[in-house]
Amino acid sequence: MKMVKLIIDGKTAEVPENTTLLKAAKTVGIDIPTLCYFELKDMNIENRPGGCRICVVEVKGRRNLAPACNTMVAEGMEVYTHNIRVLNARRTVLELILSDHPAECLTCAKSGSCELQSMAQQLGVRELPYQGEQSKYRKDTSPAIIRDVDKCIMCRRCEMMCNDVQTVGALSAVNRGFMAVVAPAFEMNLEKSPCTYCGQCVSVCPTGALTEVDHSRNVINALADPAKTVVVQTAPAVRAALGEEFGLEPGTLVTGKMVAALRRLGFDYVFDTDFAADLTIMEEGTELLNRLTRYLKGDKDVKLPILTSCCPGWVNFFEHNFPEMRDIPSTAKSPQQMFGPIAKEYFGKKLGIDRKNMIVVSIMPCLAKKYECQRDEFKVDGDPDVNFSLSTRELAHLIKASNIDFNSLPEEEFDNPLGESTGASVIFGTTGGVIEAACRTAYELYTGKKLEKVDFKELRGLENVRHATIDFDGLPINIGIAHGLGNARKLLEDIRDGKSHFHAIEIMACPGGCIGGGGQPYHHGDSQVIKQRASALYREDAGKPIRKSHENPFIIELYKAFLGKPCGEKSHHLLHTHYFDKSAGVFVEE
Amino acid sequence: MAKIKLAEKKLQELRDVCKLFNYEKGELINVLHKAQGIFGYLPAEVQEVIAKELNVSVAHVYGVVTFYSFFTMQPKGQNPVSICLGTACYVRGSEKVLEEFKRQLNIQVGETTPDGRFSLSCLRCVGACGLAPVVLVGEKVYGRVAPDGVADIIAEYRT
Repeated sequence: MKMVKLIIDGKTAEVPENTTLLKAAKTVGIDIPTLCYFELKDMNIENRPGGCRICVVEVKGRRNLAPACNTMVAEGMEVYTHNIRVLNARRTVLELILSDHPAECLTCAKSGSCELQSMAQQLGVRELPYQGEQSKYRKDTSPAIIRDVDKCIMCRRCEMMCNDVQTVGALSAVNRGFMAVVAPAFEMNLEKSPCTYCGQCVSVCPTGALTEVDHSRNVINALADPAKTVVVQTAPAVRAALGEEFGLEPGTLVTGKMVAALRRLGFDYVFDTDFAADLTIMEEGTELLNRLTRYLKGDKDVKLPILTSCCPGWVNFFEHNFPEMRDIPSTAKSPQQMFGPIAKEYFGKKLGIDRKNMIVVSIMPCLAKKYECQRDEFKVDGDPDVNFSLSTRELAHLIKASNIDFNSLPEEEFDNPLGESTGASVIFGTTGGVIEAACRTAYELYTGKKLEKVDFKELRGLENVRHATIDFDGLPINIGIAHGLGNARKLLEDIRDGKSHFHAIEIMACPGGCIGGGGQPYHHGDSQVIKQRASALYREDAGKPIRKSHENPFIIELYKAFLGKPCGEKSHHLLHTHYFDKSAGVFVEE
Repeated sequence: MAKIKLAEKKLQELRDVCKLFNYEKGELINVLHKAQGIFGYLPAEVQEVIAKELNVSVAHVYGVVTFYSFFTMQPKGQNPVSICLGTACYVRGSEKVLEEFKRQLNIQVGETTPDGRFSLSCLRCVGACGLAPVVLVGEKVYGRVAPDGVADIIAEYRT
């Protein structure tokens, strides 16, 4: 690797060639401000359209200022990142961006986490000198995501996520000049596009142009209604990230405090989606073993690999893009949607509560969950199994708005019976976790032997596509793992082209899995945050007395008292689903 | 947006064009160019077909179509009216002629009348500057057009 020496603000930097000025400056402790630039290190995710010009610097001998994010180092370069010319230009650039931005910071959902707002603070903008025409565009509300493109600064991060990382292709920059907006094809609403609601656009949007549909108000109303029994379930990834909203270090586990906060918010029962994740393993694991056994016996009708189905963004993705393969994923519902019918049809009935008087709320790291719980097939006579899904961020707001001092809360335990869970279910929140949990159970059910070493380290990590072979007592099981929909697409194309040799594949729509979900506290491009959340989940798993789903005593009890056996008749009715072909007529109506 | 049915023959022509360009994503602009030649405009349905053939998102195709002013999603009228805004025509008042067409046809540049008879566009110099200001209706050239002559031109095609 050829090294290049250059001088930045009088300091000598030595970096490999093809390094950007932005990164070279970082090596000598100079933090050039950026706005459109975005990077998730170690995940091959980078956005540097060089569009906003906030990062301009002066390069000696060059006539124009250069964008640091997009200019490569050269031998002997002399760079000035904060001389008067640069400072003035940077401020003017920001003032021009602000001249076409609604000054709604007081009421904007993104206020406090907005990168444009913090940039205005950082550069000390105290007035808006440029007053002119402002872009006006209709607001677009979908089941999960709100587009308010008047607040868009055309950084193109969402476009990069939607197209390059997720290969969903719902969003593109359209029109030109002042009229340019990021929009779905034909400027239809997001709901008519192939959007999967993965929410990765929201998680990278620097402003309030893309935000989640907020259901907090519905939950507050339900909690205030004495006729309703309000039950809450919390997804595994939430406990590893919620603390960040209260100033705690990323990777701090706040399971006990979260339970305490939910109880103080007034939920009648604080349960755990982890319980339903254990249930998912029972159903999905059994389905895997059934298919595998039939396959090994030479049954030509059986399809392998089996694909996980707990991720609603992923389900939306294959319904839109690979509908002809929709018989390959497991029919098991996601943990969120398994929890709903168990709460309403089993737990509620046991207590004599009519399902219409029970409100099930889920706390999810995810925006696609908002759409998932609104799907028609997850309703009984119009009553949804899960009434409202809140993101981790919405829960944090709710806690703050309810005067709860989160950090001083005691650690409390989930309620039973739907709050008991195993280590296997906790790791559902990170890429590789679902398949590891499934292996722990499937191994024992298949071999009839006790699994001594429950940690399948070969399934862990953050590489985009991973594969491992797990020894089922002489039977090698080939496992594929993908996180991020673009990576999932590759595995799916292999299956379609008959090139796949996997028995089972786990897919999660978001980079890193649910810990990097679209509903999590904003990571602002810091991939360390995602890694620390993952290790928090593995820590929680390691500390659990029971680490295999089929050993969860309340799961055993549930099958004994209510469900019968995994993949049995009752399970099929309550815990399994079917998929739809959504590829046709996306944009154009009949 | 109501669905329109594309003629199978033209659709086949479009697929042949995509094949001709080897289904290369980078040839999108060329494919769109040819497609507009086949259909006269680029309705949503055509963009969907192109997206599928070249394996790009429809949103991306639409992004390109809306970026370049040459591409249009409006069908051309039976009688496409083009007004020259080249230098010679412009200084001799073609803008006033354009305004008169807009007023009488009640459409903007790039639009088509609801009955599909007329569409309006501008162009730069047809090489007949001696006749400025020049108006084209289809292939027919009208020279020295004044605003008060617009009604007569339109009337010719109304019958």
